Amino acid sequence: MLARPLFILLTLLTLSACTLAPVQPWDRDLLAEEKMQLIPDPVENFIDEHIYFSKEGASGGQGVGGGGCGCN
Amino acid sequence: MQLNDKASIRRALAAATCTLLGSASQTSHAEGSDEKWRVDTSVLYYSEQDRVTVVEPVVFLRKTTGEDSFVNFRLIYDTMSGASANGATPTNKPQTFTSASGTSTYTTPAGKTPLHDFSDQRVAVAVEWDKPVDHLSRAIYGINASTENDYRSIGLSATRLRDFNDKLTTLTLGIAGSYDSVMPIGGAPIPMQLMSAAVPSPAGGEGDEGEGGKTKLVADAIVGITQVLTRRALTQFNYSIGYSSGYLTDPYKVVSVIDATGATLDYRFESRPDIRLRQSLYWKTAYHFDHDVMHFAYRYYWDDWGIHAHTADLHYRMELWKGAYLQPHLRYSTQTAANFYTYSLLNTSPVPTYASADYRLGDLTTTTYGLKLGIPVGRTSELNLRVESITQSGNGYPADAIGIQKNYDLFPTINTTVVQITYTGRF
Repeated sequence: MLARPLFILLTLLTLSACTLAPVQPWDRDLLAEEKMQLIPDPVENFIDEHIYFSKEGASGGQGVGGGGCGCN
Repeated sequence: MQLNDKASIRRALAAATCTLLGSASQTSHAEGSDEKWRVDTSVLYYSEQDRVTVVEPVVFLRKTTGEDSFVNFRLIYDTMSGASANGATPTNKPQTFTSASGTSTYTTPAGKTPLHDFSDQRVAVAVEWDKPVDHLSRAIYGINASTENDYRSIGLSATRLRDFNDKLTTLTLGIAGSYDSVMPIGGAPIPMQLMSAAVPSPAGGEGDEGEGGKTKLVADAIVGITQVLTRRALTQFNYSIGYSSGYLTDPYKVVSVIDATGATLDYRFESRPDIRLRQSLYWKTAYHFDHDVMHFAYRYYWDDWGIHAHTADLHYRMELWKGAYLQPHLRYSTQTAANFYTYSLLNTSPVPTYASADYRLGDLTTTTYGLKLGIPVGRTSELNLRVESITQSGNGYPADAIGIQKNYDLFPTINTTVVQITYTGRF
């Protein structure tokens, strides 16, 4: 059921990457900054994931291995 | 990056060295590659108006164990106290609720949303080993465990990251599993049983674990791709799938049983399917302006309980002066209800197999506004404070409300304040 949209998504992403000029290693200074990490603040991200996991019907998406809770 | 002093130049060189070695996966340890320890200590204050309050100290430790190898430790201690909605609707008379074992009761005044007082402590620990496998791959192995008065969880996870395309592309594969035990205080109720008929549940039933305890297994998998788009932009797509099996019902939630006038006659303990298949597509992108950085994420989530959710999340970090920053945060999430969600049950209708009035499974919108202030401490540490306001709302006056139910807000809005202070040190 999901194979098709996933295939289209990955194809589009691959094509978009091909059309962009490659970023050379010496041009990755900004990408290396801590604030440019996909999760720049691990504690804040962990806490938010836990709050919304506890208080909404939907969860996950960013990674695996969070840990369970009774979540009253 | 402005090179206005020797320290900045050193940091720039460290960053450049790291980027030459680094990859698109950006696994949160780019700068400061010579650090031995990173310590994040934080205290969270979470307070729902008139409901639960949580105080949560958190410690994250990351030890550099070798070249590009790390061990991460997490320790979390929650103290929770206050009240939680039990699912029953308000009505024109005081309501008295009994636990599944019949050993405890509590009463809600007329016209008020029934809340169940509780207090609990939770301790959670986790360890992660994050190390290179070869010059293009990393592996992260994790173990986590938590315990609270009525709940225990133990889990394992493994994630593999593989770089391609001159380290501009990273493929992520991850799996995780957990085994959870629920030991409801007052016993595990029989699903859909009338509260008035509740008797202490016999030990040793299906799925039992001793004193009315129940268990569940959760398995999750993720496949993702991270791509450097330009010198300033990075993006990530993930597909996640999760499968839960076992006791997924909330033992403290009930559903009101009403008659044709809307008057409450009794309550049934809620019942949820014992299997849940969850899936999501997640997209996140980070963009570096001249100084500021923006993170935007969108998730589409769906499961076989009928919940579909759209979630958008925006952080914008504005650089102030000398490393200080201000970061507004906006989050918006909207979900459809589970197909067995209901406000109440009519006494003349057949008893359904599954029913829950837990607002978290209803048509729900969550809006978050937040602001964070970060201040550098010395050359390598930071202190930050964030304040957030979370509002959760739904339809309190549904068109199909019956009789006197129309007089009451059946889905009261929940306002929550979050305050978190964090100190990050690198040694």
